[in-house]
Amino acid sequence: MSIDLHQDPSPAGGSQGPGERIAVTGLSMEYDSPSGQVRALDDVALSVEPGSSLAVVGPSGCGKSTLLGILGGLEVPTEGEVRIGAHVISSMPNGERAALRRRVFGFVFQADNLQPFLTVSENVGLQSVLAGVLDEPSGRQALLDALDIGALGHRFPDQLSGGQRQRVAVARALVHGPGLVLADEPTGSLDPVNSDRVVELLLRLHREQGATLVVVTHDRAVAARMDAVVSMRDGRVLATEARQL
Amino acid sequence: MPTTIGATLPAPEPLLLLQGVSKTFQNASDTTIVFRDLALELHRGEITCLQGPSGSGKSTIISLIAGLMVPDAGRVVFDGQDVGDMTDAERSQVRATRIGTVLQSGNLLPFLTAAENVAMARRLTGAEHSTERVASLLDQVGLAGRGHHLPRRLSGGEAQRAALAVALANDPDLLLADEAVGQLDAATAVLVMDLLESMARARGLAVLLVTHDEEVAALGSRTVRLIEGHLEATA
Repeated sequence: MSIDLHQDPSPAGGSQGPGERIAVTGLSMEYDSPSGQVRALDDVALSVEPGSSLAVVGPSGCGKSTLLGILGGLEVPTEGEVRIGAHVISSMPNGERAALRRRVFGFVFQADNLQPFLTVSENVGLQSVLAGVLDEPSGRQALLDALDIGALGHRFPDQLSGGQRQRVAVARALVHGPGLVLADEPTGSLDPVNSDRVVELLLRLHREQGATLVVVTHDRAVAARMDAVVSMRDGRVLATEARQL
Repeated sequence: MPTTIGATLPAPEPLLLLQGVSKTFQNASDTTIVFRDLALELHRGEITCLQGPSGSGKSTIISLIAGLMVPDAGRVVFDGQDVGDMTDAERSQVRATRIGTVLQSGNLLPFLTAAENVAMARRLTGAEHSTERVASLLDQVGLAGRGHHLPRRLSGGEAQRAALAVALANDPDLLLADEAVGQLDAATAVLVMDLLESMARARGLAVLLVTHDEEVAALGSRTVRLIEGHLEATA
């Protein structure tokens, strides 16, 4: 297990540029549950071009969050191969996968998971520390400005609205210039106005930074804004549709 | 050697002092007085349990002590220094290096393993990275061998204990725990309280523990109750 968080810093945004290509083949995931063995994913194949955006949709329990967890190196599949750029993360040692997760990936979840005793700016800076990148205060501020929360850097999460908090979570996911941003129901706890705003900002920054973006969502309006949509049911991919550009 | 009968030692300086503290919340339509003229001392080596009905302001006390909000009146003094006189940077520094916090909701980052969460908390204090220290912290809370798991693979009680290891990662002088022990099963709650007691005894850790659980409260050094804006000592 590697938990070395003291890498030599490289300039923030050092990994910016083309996003990571995703190539998934023969992916299956089984796990034990109290009611017996569950096959959460069943022979899934998926391909995502560098720098593009993909929505994964489907009913609860269809396996979409499990898929996102595997893409993000949070879970190890039972079978199959997952390539993120040049890395085969499905068969990587745990320590290497953890290091990749910290440096190359950015995560946004439905719950913002902000640290309540750190300011907004400190919360965003956490990810730079994790990624081992030099954190230019001006860069962090520019990101907060781009997300329309530039004046809130010194505040604490409790002093923000739900929409503002989720934008802080987006800033944290992007501050280190990740090659792949993974978002699991990022607007699930927001009203439609705030949901729109968060998706719009997430998309704009993903395009500006060139990161590949995968969003799990039950919201068809959110999905429709991505370059492609994968529909899942019972652990399988039913259809993939590209948006008409 | 002359003997002085009846001499008393000077009372030790409290690590944390709330003096004449008032806090009011205002919104467009009304004003809520949370408390007025509140006094509280937390001493090194003591586990102070804070009880009171829901909504009585217990979490507000935690936020005031941590410097997340400022009182409308009165002083919050940490180790002899008025928190109100500190700059934002100084307050952040005190929070990062001298105070540990653990909340009911937990504050683990979901994309880091338990061990990475603890290592991260140590990193924020500027401490040297130490795999042994991280393992020792996890071991102390009964999570030896579980450090490589992500929060989603830990049970509720395990996640809560990992959050405690995170809170203790900066070797704090003061631990603020908001409903962090009451939801553990009885045996684990005793393990955690034993750990806190031994840290209080061995290196003078001061603990403020918000809890609804009478059995947990009975394991502390003393209990104070927040009722209608007043603190009452009960034991």
